Amino acid sequence: MQMQIDFLQEARRQAEICNACRYCEGYCSVFPALHAERAFSDGDLTQLANLCHNCRGCYYACQYTAPHEFDLNLPQALANVRQDSWEELAFPRAAGKAFQKSGVLIAIATVIGFAVLFWAARALASAGGEGFYAVLSHNAMVAIFLPAFLFPLLSIAISLRRYWRHIDAGPFRPAHLVAALRQAANMKNLKGGHGDGCNFEDGDRFTHARRAVHQAVMYGFLLCFASTSVATIMHYMFDMPAPYGLFSLPKLLGISGGMLLVVGCVEMIRLKLRSDRTLGAAGAFGAEMAFIGLLGFTGFSGLALYAFGQTALMPLLLAIHFGAVLAFFLLMPFTKMAHGFYRLTALTADAGRSS
Amino acid sequence: MTSPDIAIIGGGNAALCAAITAAEAGARVLILETAPKPYRGGNSRHTRNFRCMHHGPLGPLVDSYTEEEYLADLMKVTGGKTDEGLARLAIRTSQECLPWMEAHGVRFQPSLSGTLSLARTNAFFLGGGKSLVNAYYLTAEKLGVEVEYEAAVTHLELDDDRVTRIDYTQNGQTHTITPKAVVVASGGFQADTDWLARAWGPAAKNFLIRGTPYNRGVVLADLLDQGIEQVGDPTQCHAVAIDGRAPKFDGGIVTRLDCVPFSIVVNKDAQRFYDEGEDVWPKRYAIWGRLVAAQPDQVGYVIIDAKSLELFMPSVFPPIKADTLEELAGKMGLPADALVQTVSEFNNACGDTSGFHPTELDGVTTTGLNPPKTNWARPITEPPFYGYSLRTGVTFTYLGLKVDETAQCAIGNRPVTNLWAAGETMAGSILGQGYLAGFGMTIGTVFGRIAGKEAAAHANAN
Repeated sequence: MQMQIDFLQEARRQAEICNACRYCEGYCSVFPALHAERAFSDGDLTQLANLCHNCRGCYYACQYTAPHEFDLNLPQALANVRQDSWEELAFPRAAGKAFQKSGVLIAIATVIGFAVLFWAARALASAGGEGFYAVLSHNAMVAIFLPAFLFPLLSIAISLRRYWRHIDAGPFRPAHLVAALRQAANMKNLKGGHGDGCNFEDGDRFTHARRAVHQAVMYGFLLCFASTSVATIMHYMFDMPAPYGLFSLPKLLGISGGMLLVVGCVEMIRLKLRSDRTLGAAGAFGAEMAFIGLLGFTGFSGLALYAFGQTALMPLLLAIHFGAVLAFFLLMPFTKMAHGFYRLTALTADAGRSS
Repeated sequence: MTSPDIAIIGGGNAALCAAITAAEAGARVLILETAPKPYRGGNSRHTRNFRCMHHGPLGPLVDSYTEEEYLADLMKVTGGKTDEGLARLAIRTSQECLPWMEAHGVRFQPSLSGTLSLARTNAFFLGGGKSLVNAYYLTAEKLGVEVEYEAAVTHLELDDDRVTRIDYTQNGQTHTITPKAVVVASGGFQADTDWLARAWGPAAKNFLIRGTPYNRGVVLADLLDQGIEQVGDPTQCHAVAIDGRAPKFDGGIVTRLDCVPFSIVVNKDAQRFYDEGEDVWPKRYAIWGRLVAAQPDQVGYVIIDAKSLELFMPSVFPPIKADTLEELAGKMGLPADALVQTVSEFNNACGDTSGFHPTELDGVTTTGLNPPKTNWARPITEPPFYGYSLRTGVTFTYLGLKVDETAQCAIGNRPVTNLWAAGETMAGSILGQGYLAGFGMTIGTVFGRIAGKEAAAHANAN
């Protein structure tokens, strides 16, 4: 693996200054891990970068930020390494290189997703099913979405294995994963150590806005995912095919999740527009916005499909929603979505380090 | 602009504590900070903790730290050159300051890794002093305190026992305000190296200034010239030995070197000059600034070998490394023969090192060597060898404004009716010499709050 030397060198320079200061020790998981080292290998820096949640507490607390000659901007230095690691560790690597920094390519992929579904609806048509299956048969849906679901999982598994080796983590222990899941579940690393939140929307003022919005997106997504999973189980194990009524489990999970996802993504975009871009990864802003847009649109089109599912708009909305879902899943390993998997892996490795 | 009730000169911890206290008492407060916004906060930007008396666990602090023990620690470092009344006031009040600080936005964290010896006595700010400064500015702004940056006060006009006017410049323009009360919290004069040189002699030109370049003592000089009572010896300051490669100003904490106890320290002639192992480093770092200042060219050189490299916290600049002492001498500009001889004399004077313990006074001493090394004396034999240069790093000067227990300044034998001082600019009232880690922030917080309260009472009554 060939990560960008200049990003690593800059992160190393800054980490060495941080290690001689240590004032930020209590903010997040990065600093105790950083202070445990005397020298920083590329793997160490990659792990620190993926532990960093870009809460920016250390930046505003730092007495060495520009115009000081030490010119520290650790959130940016780690964001660059982190972004680079996602590109370099991606499988296939070319896809990571292409999508991680291009909002335009994400948009094009999404449009292709729509087109595939329109084509499928027309070409494969229906075998005379009901509801959505009248537009696209169940078998056709499975034929499209099963690979689109399994491929990203395989890709991410390969990347995480590469990551684990790159950072030279110890043996994997389920207890460490549990500890990592606990931290992710309440976004401990966006609380700022003191519990006042992070510095994202308004300079050095601590707020919980980003943490709250991130939770809305994360739990919204998980509820939507749970909705699909429950529906799949109901279909195959209980012979209860769609459509489902309002008070069915898939619908309750899907509607609440979709609403959380839409609100969360809109707010996340608003927050990111207010944030200081020089504290994030160089050149990744557009792709991040496009990804959040795609994620929010997936939720929104799902809600629209539910709302207008009984009208003539249904086939159109179905193709658009399924197209967005298709693009979202296929792009998962190559967009900001990958961060969740890397963060969880970094937290797991860190739990191993500190145990 | 219309003149505020209270003008506060300076923008660091003491100034902010005064501003917040005065604003909470209902006064209209203006802060005149000479630094631009990114450098606001004076030396407070570089601080990390607050020494605090406490009976039982308090915030991040464990066990207890009594008034008597605190005072004894202070007396030890100042050699008794301390105003005991003011010192006790600062110590006693420190306990109520900690919850006040928390209530005004400051957040604490457990003692940092590498500083466990301070876990009982010093409360560490989460994020360090700049985060404390940021929190206080947010609190002050919410209370309606106005802040002018790059506002350099040039003159305070005195009429008998009253300040009648403040002149300051900002963006090339001169402004005049006539507040009812004034708090001076603008630090020492250490960044004015000409003034330092007048006090110390030309040697002071080789000193590095660890903190803000904005503390040039302009207001201090203006007030002393007009006969405001002064305190302290101009050659006394908080000075430590720091990495000789540190920037001239503002290097802060990362330039400190903790390796002296495991080393020998030589001057530019490769001669040792002081017992490197006299005591644990947190109790000795503050004397090494003066020791190095007394050497030719005000420079020292730390020499260690491979077995000691990982016994101390890393510092910002990597050590100079060589496989032989001769090579190291060459790289550091030291006379090679003299260095080899000094090391060999030292090595020959080392005895049984089996009791070596890096964090305790281990009594592993030299015999028959002058000066001796009385702890951690292990021969320097294991290549590669490492070296650091040492220079005197001044934190703040002690010559300042003399205040009473209400933080009020005086002229002749009378108080100046509307002038108070807080922080480093009056710390000489308490610190005659020497320094106790975290005590500067204690003085700033305690006397900043007193000054703010007194100034507000005066302004509200007039």
